[in-house]
This record gives sequence, C-alpha cells and structure tokens, in this order.
Amino acid sequence: MLTREQAADIFDRIRKLSSADETEVLFSGGSFALTRFANNTIHQNVADENHMVSVRTVFGGRTARASTNKFDDDSLRRVVESSEALARVQHPDSDLLPMPDDREAAGRADEGVRSTPVPSRYFAETAAITPQLRADSVKKIVEVAQNHKLTTAGIFSSSESVEGIFNSRGLSDWYTQTLAEVSITMLGADSSGWQKANSPDVSNLDPLGLAEIAAKKALDSTHPAEIPAGKYTVILEPAAVLDIVGFMFWDYSGMAILDQRSFLTGRIGTKLFGENITIWDDVTHPLQTGSPFDGEGMRRQRLPLVENGVVERVVYARGTAARMKASEYKDKVGPIEATGHGFALPNEMGEMPLNIVFAAPQNPQTLAQMIASTERGVLVTRLWYIREVDPYEKIVTGMTRDGTFLVENGKVQRGLRNFRFNQSLIHMLSGVEAMSMPVRSSGEESFDMVVPAMKVRDFNFTEVTKF
Amino acid sequence: MKQIADWALNVATMRGASYSDARIVSQRSRALTTKNGKVGSASDAESAGMSVRVLADGAWGFAASEDLSRAGVEATAAHAVEIARASAQVKQQDVRLAPEKPVTAEWTTPHVIDPFSISVEQNIALLLNIDSELCAVAGITLAESNLNFNRDEQWFVSSEGTDIHQTKYSAGAGYAAYAFAGNEIQKRSYPNSFGGQWQNKGYELIEELKLVENARRIAEEAVALHHADQCPEGKFDIILDSSQLGLQIHESIGHPIELDRVLGMEANFAGTSFLTLDKLRTLRYGSEMVNVVADARQEHGPGLGTFGFDDEGVPAQCTPIITNGLFTGYLSSRETAHTIGENRSGGTLRAEGWNRLPMIRMTNISLLPGEKPLTLEQLIASTDHGILMQTNRSWSIDDRRYNFQFGCEIGWEIKHGKRVRMVKNPSYSGITTEFWNSLDAICSRDEWTLWGTPNCGKGQPQQVMGTGHGAAPSRFRGVKVGSAYKGS
Repeated sequence: MLTREQAADIFDRIRKLSSADETEVLFSGGSFALTRFANNTIHQNVADENHMVSVRTVFGGRTARASTNKFDDDSLRRVVESSEALARVQHPDSDLLPMPDDREAAGRADEGVRSTPVPSRYFAETAAITPQLRADSVKKIVEVAQNHKLTTAGIFSSSESVEGIFNSRGLSDWYTQTLAEVSITMLGADSSGWQKANSPDVSNLDPLGLAEIAAKKALDSTHPAEIPAGKYTVILEPAAVLDIVGFMFWDYSGMAILDQRSFLTGRIGTKLFGENITIWDDVTHPLQTGSPFDGEGMRRQRLPLVENGVVERVVYARGTAARMKASEYKDKVGPIEATGHGFALPNEMGEMPLNIVFAAPQNPQTLAQMIASTERGVLVTRLWYIREVDPYEKIVTGMTRDGTFLVENGKVQRGLRNFRFNQSLIHMLSGVEAMSMPVRSSGEESFDMVVPAMKVRDFNFTEVTKF
Repeated sequence: MKQIADWALNVATMRGASYSDARIVSQRSRALTTKNGKVGSASDAESAGMSVRVLADGAWGFAASEDLSRAGVEATAAHAVEIARASAQVKQQDVRLAPEKPVTAEWTTPHVIDPFSISVEQNIALLLNIDSELCAVAGITLAESNLNFNRDEQWFVSSEGTDIHQTKYSAGAGYAAYAFAGNEIQKRSYPNSFGGQWQNKGYELIEELKLVENARRIAEEAVALHHADQCPEGKFDIILDSSQLGLQIHESIGHPIELDRVLGMEANFAGTSFLTLDKLRTLRYGSEMVNVVADARQEHGPGLGTFGFDDEGVPAQCTPIITNGLFTGYLSSRETAHTIGENRSGGTLRAEGWNRLPMIRMTNISLLPGEKPLTLEQLIASTDHGILMQTNRSWSIDDRRYNFQFGCEIGWEIKHGKRVRMVKNPSYSGITTEFWNSLDAICSRDEWTLWGTPNCGKGQPQQVMGTGHGAAPSRFRGVKVGSAYKGS
C-alpha cells in the first residue's frame, strides 16, 4: 500500500512539474478483497489494488482537477498538464479561497479532534486476512444455513485504504484504515432474513452470530401473512433506521441552504423533530470510521446538528462558509464557520456530514422491551430501494425486506408480506416513542452510522407486495 | 498489450487454471458542470490496469492491479489462482462455461466527432449559455447543467485463443431547473433527469439534443408547477413519455430478466427475481402489444448497451425478451446459459472497469415501437380521461421486482382527448405484470428514443454501468395514481 513517504515524494515531483499559482494533490486507494457467496457456494471472489493521484491547480481564481493511477514521470507530467489546461480556460471564481495551510486546517478542531485524537483504525489482523480465511468463515456460514435447511448468500470483504492530501502552502495530512465486513442473507422457500456488520478490527465481527440471527429471521417469517397497508406502529432495527434517515443528511449543508435545495431552508433553529432526537457529526466517536480531514485538508469538527429536536446548524466547507457569511441568510442559519466537511474542489455540492452519531436516549430500551410494549405493530429488519418523493417535506418511499414481522400483544407473532412506505422523515422523527442505545450499523441505502433502533408511531405503509 | 495478457495467462495455466482471461483497460473521462452561472466542477481522469479471471478446481478467482510490469502482472495472475482455489472449498458443483468460438477482432463505437477533440472552452460556453437561459426565468432558484465524455479502450485475451481490441465512446448531457417557493421545491430537467441523455456516440450527440433551444421552456415549466394543482389520486389511464417509460423498462423488465438474479446470485444485495425459470415461455408478461428485446448490436442504435463483444468475448446479440406479451428470454452469460437450456451465452457480461469482475448487465432493453403510425398527440387525442406523465423524479421497486412506484416531474390531465391542466407531483404505482398487461397503445417509430441510463448499480463491490432503453410514449389503462402523497 502507498506510504506517506512515497506520497510526499510524488507530491514533490508534481510540484516541480506544476506552473500553477497553487497546487494540491489528493491520494486515495489501497487494496480490497471480497468473497461473495450464494446458493451455499462461493461464486465470486475478487481482489484488487489501485491508487489514484488527483491534482488540483489554481491560476488566478481558476481551478480544475485531473487524476491518474499511474505514477511514472510521463503520467505525472500528463496529469499536471491536464489539470492546468482545464484550469486555465475556466472563468475566474471570486469565491475561490487560497488553499489552507496547516494552521488554518487545524481550525477549531485543534480543541476537539486533536485533543481527543481519532482512534487508530488500522488493524494488522484485518489487513492480513487471506482468501483462505474468508473461505473458512464462509464455509461455517454455509454450515449454519445447511443445519437449518436454508440457503445463504452474502459477502465477507476486507480492505486497507489510504487518504492523503498535500498542498503547496505546506499542508499535509495522511490517514490509513482497515475494514472488514460481513453481510448474510438466509433464504427459505418463502422467507428470508438478513444481517450485516463491519468494523476496522475484524475481531469485532461475529460471522456465525450474524448467520444464526439471519437464519432465525428466515425461519420465523415462513408463510408470511398479508395485512392491509395503513399506518402502523413500527419497530425499526438500527439498519432500517440508518437507511431511511440517511436521506436527509445531504441537506445539512451550507451549500444546500444557499442553493435552496435543502429541507432545512427556513427551518434552522426551529424544533423540527421530537424532543428525544439529538444528532451529532463526530469523526472521533469510537464506533465511527473515516478520515479526520476533508477534501481541502480541513480537520473535521465534532458538531451538534440537532439538539432535543431543534435543528441547530449545518456543516460548511471553507468557501461555503465565506459565501454564507455574505448572504441574505447569514442571520438565520446558526453558527457559520468552516467545519471540515467539504468535498474535494472543485465541486457543486459543497459539503456533507458523514459521521452521524445519534445521542443515547434518556431511557434506552432494548428491542425486546420495545416489542413487549407494543399492542399491535410491525417489526422491520431492513429497508430497500429508498428514494426521495418530496424534497422539502422529505417524503421518501421504499420497501421493507428480509424479515418483516407482525407484533401483537407484546410478541412477535409471524412473518408479513413486505410493505411499500411513503413516509415524511420530519413526521417520523417527531413520532419516535422509544429508542435503543445507538450502535454502529451498516445497510445498503446509506452510509454507516451510529444509530439506535426506533419505535415509531403512525408509520405510513401505502402498499403490500406479493411476498 | 497481447504480450502483457500472455504473461498473465501463462502464469494462470502453469498454476493449474483450466480457463483464464485477461482484460487490460485504459479509461479516460471528462466531467464538466455548471451551477447558477458558474462552473461547478471541471475534471479529467485517466485510469489503466489489468485483471485476470481464472477457473481453477472448478471455481472462480479474480485479481486486478494497476501494476502492468511483468512481475506485477504475474503476481496478479498467481493471486487469482490462489483465490480460485479458496473458492473451490465452498462449492456445490463445478462452474460450467458454454462454448464460444475463439475470435480475433477489432471494434470501435461508430462516432463522428471525438468528444475529447472539442475544446473545453466550447464545452463551458455551451453550459453557461444553457445556464443563462434557465436563470433568465423569474422564480428559478437553482440551475445545474452537465457534460460528460468517456473513452474506454480494452484488450481482452483468453486462454481459449480469443483476442479482442475494443474501444467504446460515450457522451452525456443535461440540465435541471429548480424553483423553491413556500414549502415546495419543484424541478424540471431536459432531456432527461439525473444527468440528461447518454449514448454511445461522439460529440455529435450534444449537437443533436437541442439543449439551448429547450432551456427557457423547461425553466418556465418548473416555475409554473408551483401554480399547478396536485395530481389527483385514484385509478387513471396514464400516458408515459418515452424517457419515463425507459426507466420503467429498466426497473420492471431489465432487472428481473438478469439470469444471475433469477438464480439467486444477487440475493444478498440487489435481490432476486419473480421470473423463476418455470416462467420462461409460459408467463404472459404483458399485453399482446408488448415486444421487448435485449439488443447489444450496432443496428439497434447507439445505446449505452451497444458493443461489439461483451467482457468475456461473446459477440453482441439480440435476444427476444417479450414476444407479443409472452416472456421468452433472459440475459445470460457463459456460466449461466446451461440453466435455461441454451448452449451459448446471450453475451451480456460487462465490467465497470479494469478492476471489476464482469457480471450480467442489461444491454439495450427496448420496447419496440407500435407498427401503426401513432404520434403522442394522436395518442392524447384518443384518451378520454387520463394523466400524461413526463420525466422521472423518483423510482423504487421491491427486491423481486414486483411492486414499483415512480414519481414524475410534471403531469398533464387529459379530458376528452385534450390536455386540460398541468398537475404537480404525479406518481403511479403497481405490480409489474399487471402493469405491462394494461398497456393498450404504443406510439410508432418516429416517437421512439433510445435512452441511456448511465448509473445502474449492481454487484458487490457495487459496479455502475450504462444501459440503453428504447421506448415510445405508451398508454396504460387503470393504473393506481397518487399514493406517494397519501397520508405521508
């Protein structure tokens, strides 16, 4: 894998080739391997290694980017020429700021991130996972399926990755991470169950435990019954929560407010959700992953986005913060400062919080307690194919999947046919009756988060499918 | 390049692979966007590398690397064999490949103008011209436009003697105008939403799209939606424009016919399919008028699913998918063809890039146009009461591809053969086979467009692929409309 020293050498070569006023180089990549299984067979098994170098040049307010995965002299010369040629023909952008230096990049994060260092997320044991080790684990997962007369499908992946940034004002930062991930579906004749987990440290994963839970869901949901669509109390497991709430975090962005494409336009400072909802963005959280710096090298701050239901603030890239301070909205959007959440420049989206952590509730309940207190409701394992229906009321649609159950009289009674929902996230987060302790969770519709299970009243199922 | 591939294949064979292929790929892309009078992003990217796919002990292994040195290539090939041997420890049966005659071939996307030969200044001038047209309309609060060009050059060499050099070009362009007012964000896009129109063509596509000419109208419609009535709820006859119908085909025909899904290979992520093997040549998928093909051949048109050969060296083909309403074919590969009694692959295996495993992907899945002359205006004129819906805004379908819901950017209520009013937030939903059986009119060839979907996601690790979908405006009877906004 590319080292910081090798990257520094490549940056020096690029600087010598560049004639730009300013030059920034991003590094990304690493090695990735994934063993995929279905029908109790490993049917796909892949590994790759790749690193990208991405060069941004600036000439008098004009900027552009070019990238390559080849680090020989000719390739580096070509990528610098491409970046410069693209940059020179841009129109000057009066909002483009000079690149940050190390001191500016530290920002207020000096008080937060660096005094509470990001935990190491590189584990040699994860990096050393072999195809044989993954196959051994899959074999045991398949045995669980066979013991229950089910078939299984899923993945076991492992990776080590780097992210780095160097610029001509002396800024440099570097981050390495490992990640192991297991996702398991168990299939019966007319039912299925699912579980997924990931961690930088493979020793945190329990593939067999996940397999048994997925198998139980498949077994418990055989012969699913159809009940009419309508408003139900639902108990959403953490993966279902993360997948649906993930659709609102693109809007916690200063640029989204300036563009008037955020559902928070005109709503920052108002109580939009229930009193029990508090949400942070926190790259330092021990269950979080990802680099502690953004696309310009700014250190990510730990921020409260929502406190007791009130939307407190959004995140900012440097340029967005400067624009917001000069805008008509400046007095209506809470604190305005670069928070270390910007995407690599140039881009049109600005920034986004990517390390979401829901605060622990005052009276956390286990999933079993939520079920026990439910007279009639629906337990949801997982959601699928979620898309935005209405951007301002934040209505999203999607399906339940791989384990949907009827809860009656405090007990899980039987499996149900899957529902389609059309649900406003504003209404949903205003109707949360109970939450578990937040856990690291992973789904397929959104990025990983630290979220609780939620019991929500009046969740809006609009249709039932055929299985 | 042949020599590099041979280094890989020789090592794979020496280490015991019974089959191997190598793909060396060089990719180049350019992406330009504007937003509210400024360039939003400007970037060029190049990537090159090689992958080796092997069968050893009856199971698959795949490894890829950016390193094209002899030592790097040989190490990658050896790693692929090591991975295959690990795969073989968890198998129910050996992989069987349908036979394919070895070929030596060259193929390049027919194009008139190399898109990379057009100056960036000219590209940006076009986008800013569109932007100024959009922003000139009072009430527009956000204008975005994009231009994208891609060139993928690939050398495919297999241990069976196939040697194919293939170069594909694609281009895409589009824009969107947003209007925020009160508690509502309305949006109109052209020529399609989510990136516009994409085809395997050169810069001539951009010239054909009449981008500037339509910008003012699109922006005015976005603003006008704020004054439109909410789309009514209930059962209606609906007419879908060809771009929305293209996405409907993608989701409710294209995905369920992927044989890997049908066989359970995608069960953990993308899902399975209601089209179990017993339904082949027995299921009435749609009404008699429904004829759908999977056609990767150049004669079908410059779709994103058009190529000379797929990524395991099988020539482009046309497979009848639905014939006069009857379900007649799947998308298959050399590995899966035998499961449907075929002795040859349908030629649909494609990979996103050099470091991804090829998998079954849609080619151009197209609804053939009606044979009798019928324009959209004639179709509207023959509709007593219905809703015309244009341009996708949201899409969702369950993991077996039965229950779907689509939202569109704009709707028009039709009464007694005439558009009587604009309606906002139109949506419709249904069950796949019931929906396609309700089709009773398809416009003819002059209304037919081969749309490109550049962002189809599938696989683990997920791969993004471009697919093509030809469609003409069509009418569906008695469809459920408006439940997206019911009680949410």
